[in-house]
Amino acid sequence: MNRTPNTKFSERALDWAIWAFLWTFRVLVVLVVVVGSLLTLSSGKYSFEVWVDLIVDGATLGGVYALIALGYTMVYGILRMINFAHGEVFMIGAFAGYFTGTFLNNIGFLNASPLASIVSIAVMMLVAALVATAVALLVERLAYRPLRNSPRLVLLISAIGASFVLQYSVKGIVGVGVFAYPSVTFLAESVDLPILSALRLRWSDVVIIGSALLMMVGLYAFTMRSKTGTAIRAVSEDPAAATLMGIDVNRAIVMTFAIGAAMAGAAGVLFGLIFRQVAFTTGFIPGIKAFTAAVLGGIGNIPGAMIGGMFLGGVESVGPQLIFDGLGVPSANQLKDVIAFTLLVLVLIFRPQGILGERLSRSRA
Amino acid sequence: MTATTATPLVSADRGWRGVLIVGAIGGAIALYLSLVGIVPIFGERPLVRDIISLGQMSLVLTGIAIGWWAATRAPVGVGSALLAGLVAGLMTGGTLTLLMVLNEFVRLRSFAPNASPALWEILTFATEPPIAGSWIPAVLGAGLGLFGAALVLMPRLLRRVLVANLVALLVVGLFAGLVRTPMLSGPLSGLARQLFASEGLTVLGAVITLVVTTLLVVALDTLSVRDRVRRMPTARRQKSVIPLAIIALLFVLWLPLGLGSFAALAFATIALYVLMGLGLNITLGLAGLLDLGFVAFFAVGAYTVALLTSTGDLGIAQLSFWVAVPFAVLAAMLFGVVLGLPILGIRGDYLAIATLGFGFIIEILARSDLLSPWLGGPQGITNVPPPIATNPDDFLAGPNQIYYIALVCAAIIAFVAYRLRGSRLGRAWIAIREDEDVAEALGVNLVQTKMLAYMLGAGFAGLGGAIFAGLVGAMFPSSINIMVSINVVAIVVVGGMGSIPGVVVGAAFLIGLPELFREFAEYRFLFYGIALILVMRFRPEGLLPSRIGKQSMDQSVDPVMAASISDDDALVGGKA
Repeated sequence: MNRTPNTKFSERALDWAIWAFLWTFRVLVVLVVVVGSLLTLSSGKYSFEVWVDLIVDGATLGGVYALIALGYTMVYGILRMINFAHGEVFMIGAFAGYFTGTFLNNIGFLNASPLASIVSIAVMMLVAALVATAVALLVERLAYRPLRNSPRLVLLISAIGASFVLQYSVKGIVGVGVFAYPSVTFLAESVDLPILSALRLRWSDVVIIGSALLMMVGLYAFTMRSKTGTAIRAVSEDPAAATLMGIDVNRAIVMTFAIGAAMAGAAGVLFGLIFRQVAFTTGFIPGIKAFTAAVLGGIGNIPGAMIGGMFLGGVESVGPQLIFDGLGVPSANQLKDVIAFTLLVLVLIFRPQGILGERLSRSRA
Repeated sequence: MTATTATPLVSADRGWRGVLIVGAIGGAIALYLSLVGIVPIFGERPLVRDIISLGQMSLVLTGIAIGWWAATRAPVGVGSALLAGLVAGLMTGGTLTLLMVLNEFVRLRSFAPNASPALWEILTFATEPPIAGSWIPAVLGAGLGLFGAALVLMPRLLRRVLVANLVALLVVGLFAGLVRTPMLSGPLSGLARQLFASEGLTVLGAVITLVVTTLLVVALDTLSVRDRVRRMPTARRQKSVIPLAIIALLFVLWLPLGLGSFAALAFATIALYVLMGLGLNITLGLAGLLDLGFVAFFAVGAYTVALLTSTGDLGIAQLSFWVAVPFAVLAAMLFGVVLGLPILGIRGDYLAIATLGFGFIIEILARSDLLSPWLGGPQGITNVPPPIATNPDDFLAGPNQIYYIALVCAAIIAFVAYRLRGSRLGRAWIAIREDEDVAEALGVNLVQTKMLAYMLGAGFAGLGGAIFAGLVGAMFPSSINIMVSINVVAIVVVGGMGSIPGVVVGAAFLIGLPELFREFAEYRFLFYGIALILVMRFRPEGLLPSRIGKQSMDQSVDPVMAASISDDDALVGGKA
């Protein structure tokens, strides 16, 4: 609110009204969360085990969100553009994993032994990552690169168009059905290890959280240590200076899309293993939620995306029971998605720079 | 080859490599059209009965376009241009031949259901077994490519006649069924039966279409109508527009009456979207705020009207439609303020995703058990009376009245938008759209100005929702579909951001085609996506741009990023 002395009284009054409204809104939200949580906890309706289960569920889902969020955050960092098609790239990864998994299941390899299952999942993720990368690079080439010197609104609309083309191409090619992911029997078994038994984990939780963490650590090391990673960081810091330093800006951008898409494709397989199904609409809502996670962690910030994803997964999983149940809302789980989107709006109001802060080039901010 | 100066794709780097790339692109397009289902599903819609279907036409046009494109990329010379068209066409069709051969070894159908006998039948003209006819697409593709290349080399008039004939066949063939139905009941029924099949043209109709088109093109060319209009004094030109405008207006008013009830519903929907498009045109076109949560306010308006007017259990006031509408608009505007205030202060492109979230939140809430005592949950609110009570056979019955109401409201909104654009507020919006920082430095209060645009857009969305509730006679959560938002955004963007006639054209094109033709409805959002990308790529100011929009969309923002676009950019069509 800039209060220059020359502004008219009516404008100042409106300014003040806006300010008052925003603060009322903030207080109200905090009140709902605190009162709801206290009422739920004091009622003792859910046991400790239930909360642990919810948190573990939240962590698996959060791992998937975090992997998708990485692509959003890196592309935003380098091009200052919301890659709307990223959610569809994730969905295409899930489909690639589905077809690979079904093939492996048909030849009897998928459930041959726990080791074969692990290898199968790795193969599925690899194929998904490759297909997703190919699609993302095609989109970048056809829909984004020609518009790179256009106003941001133009690029954003083109990205929305790309999202629809991908989504409805998949609908046209594979059909409207919901495809059941092949079941991996080994993943449904619970983990019998001494320390972890208190968490009541299943192998699926271990595999999903483990592979998500592994990929994130790998990506972090890659962006921090490798030459390409350094180039990517340099371009998102300041493209003009990066060009002067002899960095191929175009290559850095392509690499950014490729890495983000590979992560999203692999995340598609993990998503399929969690929810056991995939359809052409699968990518839309996880895509928006992952963007929320990216904003939550601080857009352009790679560790931020990881933390944001985990946080969002946790809140989404625990929130309905913790907040709404105490307030006596019927079928609180229906409102799961409301929490995620409200969280986005709240972050934008309270801390638009995200938990860990933004990492964007100052010259173009 | 000097005749080809008119084509935009001529680039300096002609060569066989470019031709092969064009051929590969053609193959990819043909493969895509086949597998995504456009060829088999459009194959069910004949353009000329027993001769050619829309699906076949899509491949034919691809072949010709690829031949044309290849010829403009080939080394200079008549022979090499023709050869280039032949090669690229062969690659285009040959890809489909390869697909058929591949299908002999791998069961493609298990993951691409469209690779079905229906597709092979279309590609081989029902040769049995299909694989025996697998050479047909390749040879046909080569022929079409050759034809496309020949088009480039032809004298101008001949080329115009041929292209116009192709377009005429496509357009008349599409609309034939629609024109035929009302004609059957009139004195022209015999003629209608002769010329039009139930879908598409008859052979006689096609021949007449071709002859008429040819005569028309030749006549227009020899009389050079366009030059004469251009040479006319401005005052006289404007005068001659007035009677045309009156005829157009009468035609628009007559449309739902003349074409039957099915078309009337389609036209009512188009009018509704024109109205909403004009509303978003203020938010997106003038102020540059990409609002993807339009459906949220649409829902608020619709539910308000439903609640206030419903004669069912959930109705609370049983007001008349006309009393309820102002409340609906006000409620939508209020929601606009409440939702908009927290986010409008923040970066522009976050707005898109935050508003997208709003659309979802409103849908989830409307469906939830939390609000079902008031909003009826998934069952929604029913028994909403129509705005004007009529007899069933009255000319204002059913969708007709909605069409006229929506048209009147659209006209009012268009007038408001037109007057606002030149006002202080409108200029402030445009300033914000162009550059927020500069606008703020010049004394524009960002949050308040954006708020007003957002609120007006929300109000018009609410009006659209209110009329929608009157049209359907009920409101269900399933009507709160994110696709409503996408429809409206696509209309505004394709038509031309900030342009009022653009919105009308955009709505007629993007809503009209899928409403009138079932086959298009199947691929509606695919076409939207393609349209959004193509419009942003080649004509970011839209099909019918406003004067201001045209200036602002062409500028470059970042010379370094511009420079980083590599030279091989010409691969995908080059800089037009």
